[in-house]
Amino acid sequence: MREFLLMDGYWAYVWSAWGLTLAVLLALVYSARRHHRQALRQAAEQDEAPRPVRAAVKELS
Amino acid sequence: MWIWFHKLGSPPHFYRTAGRLVPWFGIPALLLLVAGTVGGLAIAPPDYQQGDGFRIIYVHVPSAYISMFGYVAMAVAAAVGLIWRMKVAFAFAAACAPVGAAFTFLALATGSIWGKPMWGVWWDWDGRMTSVLVLFFLYVGVMALRSAFDDASKGDRAAALLAIVGVVNIPIIKFSVDWWNTLHQPATIAKLSAPSITMDMLVWLLAMVVGYTLFFAAVVTMRLRGEVLLRERGARWIRELNAHA
Repeated sequence: MREFLLMDGYWAYVWSAWGLTLAVLLALVYSARRHHRQALRQAAEQDEAPRPVRAAVKELS
Repeated sequence: MWIWFHKLGSPPHFYRTAGRLVPWFGIPALLLLVAGTVGGLAIAPPDYQQGDGFRIIYVHVPSAYISMFGYVAMAVAAAVGLIWRMKVAFAFAAACAPVGAAFTFLALATGSIWGKPMWGVWWDWDGRMTSVLVLFFLYVGVMALRSAFDDASKGDRAAALLAIVGVVNIPIIKFSVDWWNTLHQPATIAKLSAPSITMDMLVWLLAMVVGYTLFFAAVVTMRLRGEVLLRERGARWIRELNAHA
């Protein structure tokens, strides 16, 4: 086990490369889920105003 | 075939299909990544020159491959969007960019971590490293350009144009190790002669490459659903979607 963790003395490089990869992959899943949730929320917010109001807002902006 | 193509272009149908696809990509991705990790770290034999230090290959090569694969996927989608004015294609291109950028960052970072013990330097301005850094900036540029426009469809078209032009960088990355003979080693697997790696090292690498590809597909599909929603704001099918949720 100790030998496995030491990685021939390259432990700092091997484990940091794998650790960083794991962190980025998890962050990608998290951000994809958040992105979808936010898009759903935005769509819901826009739906609350009736169509003519939305059209008016669009014209003003 | 054309009915299928037409249906694919219809946002509500696409949104639902994409949602059903995510687990079909995600679950095999997870299984392959776990198998590749166990195999790469514990089962594959140590390298005769680099010892256990070579095990970084199992996270470096797949990231580098996805960084290019993701770019080509994004550029093809961008071209489809421009030619057929297909909103879903622009949404796909938009979904690819941040994911591809993340894998390009990983390729650069794990390469740097691998370079230090093997070459003695973290970084070298050689052809491979410089062209991959350019790839990273292309991804960032495509994302920045898209968000620089108030009108989302203009942003989509501008970003698509940059994505397509940037494709010239892909063959430069691929052949950089042959054109400039510097620190980075030439191809190990993707070449005409037999791969220069033994089978008991290679299988785990292939598991990782396929696992990364499926992971990329899963995450892009998740983002794609959000991008389709953003482009379809106010459409009736979304109101119905919210009423059911």
